[in-house]
Amino acid sequence: MLKTYTFPKFEYRPAAARPDGSVERQPVVVIGAGPVGLSAALDLARRGVPVVVLDDNDTVSVGSRALCYAKRTLEVWDRLGVAERMVDKGVQWQLGKVFRDRDLVYGFDLLPEAGHRMPAMINLQQYYLEEYLVEACLRTGRVDLRWKHRVAGLEQDGERVALTVQTPDGTHGLEADWVVACDGANSDVRRMVGADFTGRLFQDRFLIADVLMKAEFPTERWFWFDPPFHRGQSVLLHREADNVWRIDFQLGWDADPDEERKPERVIPRIQAMLGPEVAFDLEWVSVYQFACRRIDRFRHGRVIFAGDSAHQVSPFGARGANSGVQDVDNLVWKLALVLDGTAPASLLDSYHDERARAADDNLLASTRSTDFITPKSRASRVLRDAVLELAEHEPFARKLVNSGRLSMPTPYLESPLNTPDASDFAGAMRPGTPCADAPVSRDGRPAWLLGELPEGFSLLVFGAKPPVPAVASGGVGATVLSVGIDLVDVEGLAAARYDARPGTVYLLRPDQHVAARWRAFDAQAIEAAIARACGR
Amino acid sequence: MTLKHDPNIPDPDGFYEELIACVRDLDDDRAERFQAKLLLVLANHVGDREVLREAMQTARRGL
Repeated sequence: MLKTYTFPKFEYRPAAARPDGSVERQPVVVIGAGPVGLSAALDLARRGVPVVVLDDNDTVSVGSRALCYAKRTLEVWDRLGVAERMVDKGVQWQLGKVFRDRDLVYGFDLLPEAGHRMPAMINLQQYYLEEYLVEACLRTGRVDLRWKHRVAGLEQDGERVALTVQTPDGTHGLEADWVVACDGANSDVRRMVGADFTGRLFQDRFLIADVLMKAEFPTERWFWFDPPFHRGQSVLLHREADNVWRIDFQLGWDADPDEERKPERVIPRIQAMLGPEVAFDLEWVSVYQFACRRIDRFRHGRVIFAGDSAHQVSPFGARGANSGVQDVDNLVWKLALVLDGTAPASLLDSYHDERARAADDNLLASTRSTDFITPKSRASRVLRDAVLELAEHEPFARKLVNSGRLSMPTPYLESPLNTPDASDFAGAMRPGTPCADAPVSRDGRPAWLLGELPEGFSLLVFGAKPPVPAVASGGVGATVLSVGIDLVDVEGLAAARYDARPGTVYLLRPDQHVAARWRAFDAQAIEAAIARACGR
Repeated sequence: MTLKHDPNIPDPDGFYEELIACVRDLDDDRAERFQAKLLLVLANHVGDREVLREAMQTARRGL
């Protein structure tokens, strides 16, 4: 197995001896070096915060797990300077097809509009993703990746978090002002703080096979209900990098995972699907089960949960890793402000408010998809099959076919950090919404709006000369960027998407979400909005 | 808009005959599929979520 990839082995370094008996203290410790933990570390490091990351193994993701990365997530990684590599290596796609038996039921397009830097979706093996994130973390010089460091115990007292860390050489203590727990679906930290799950564990099993082959399939997401090669069940096909294809076979709850993952069981399934002439190599096989649930509170004192440790979804909408990365996009700028004293610790409660709301959105979407893909009763199944039967000829029924609603970012429309509009604005860029990209030019060279936003808060001023280069409130500054002077809105898409007129001002958060907007530059209003966005 | 509970089908006996004629020759499995499909087709025609909700509640009564 696994001809296309060789796993790196990261060096285990024993903890530095502390002859005076003191315990090491760090501002932030991230637990878990998966996509979410590494993204958090990278973002913190880029904001000047030194980070220690603890991971209990010494390589990247073993096996085929997370796969599809959506546009918003790619924009987050672009802000962190790593997206280009991922987009180059990954496979871009935006079209999908849904089949029933042998017939095409309908097709969809994820990105009907042009004028965005990032593609709608890329597929990339998780081990490549993590490798690139590890390298980016190390390049900052501020991320201390500690491999084979397992968290064996955790206590907190309001002032600090005290961790008990186990390594091959024994146990030692480590203290942190803040802990970001990104230790995944089976999080030890979640268990240690006593955080409970609310939600459903689904009784179904899927077989994942990563297959190396030269295939005739187009680069589209294909989903089958009841195909001839896997009767009464569903199958999903995705293309990955290196001519590897990912096939998910629904097995049902009664399947025996140990039996089903044996090559002699898996290979005939794939042969039935591809036909006897197609040559392939099995790169990876595993069986998974999933849950749709989340913990009640994402913040437990000085321990903050992000990614699968906080919430789990069924995989059909690619909402797992995507929402985890968007969690840390939301968290890190807030944590950095708390650490430098310019925001109160209560700002971190807005992380829970905003991201629990997003998690609920994702849970709802993935639960609905799961109920359609794996109906839970006879009557449900009859209705599901009725939708599929009707979808062949009835346009209305195609809208009901749910093989997974692909990940979209959730705008924080009710967030207390937003300043409500005082003027009329049309379009989607309401406070709490992730910023839309647009093609621009700067100093005569082509660029993208999101890529030109400065770090931290920014003020986008349209079609007027800004009176000042920056506005600050309580030590937090927003840098002005003028659309018209600094940037040229080459296709008018920035103005269109932001419903901008000459004089329009947008205050954007460090996570590139809209905090506030006005029809004129008012420094006092801006200062108040910055303070509000910092939780003051 | 609310769900109509008062008679709204012209020639109710004629309608009923048509409906039974549509299902009578179907085996249990096909009849079940027919009824599910008909439900969805009509639900789409109604469209109004409040009306549909009330319809579901009406049908659910006694079950």
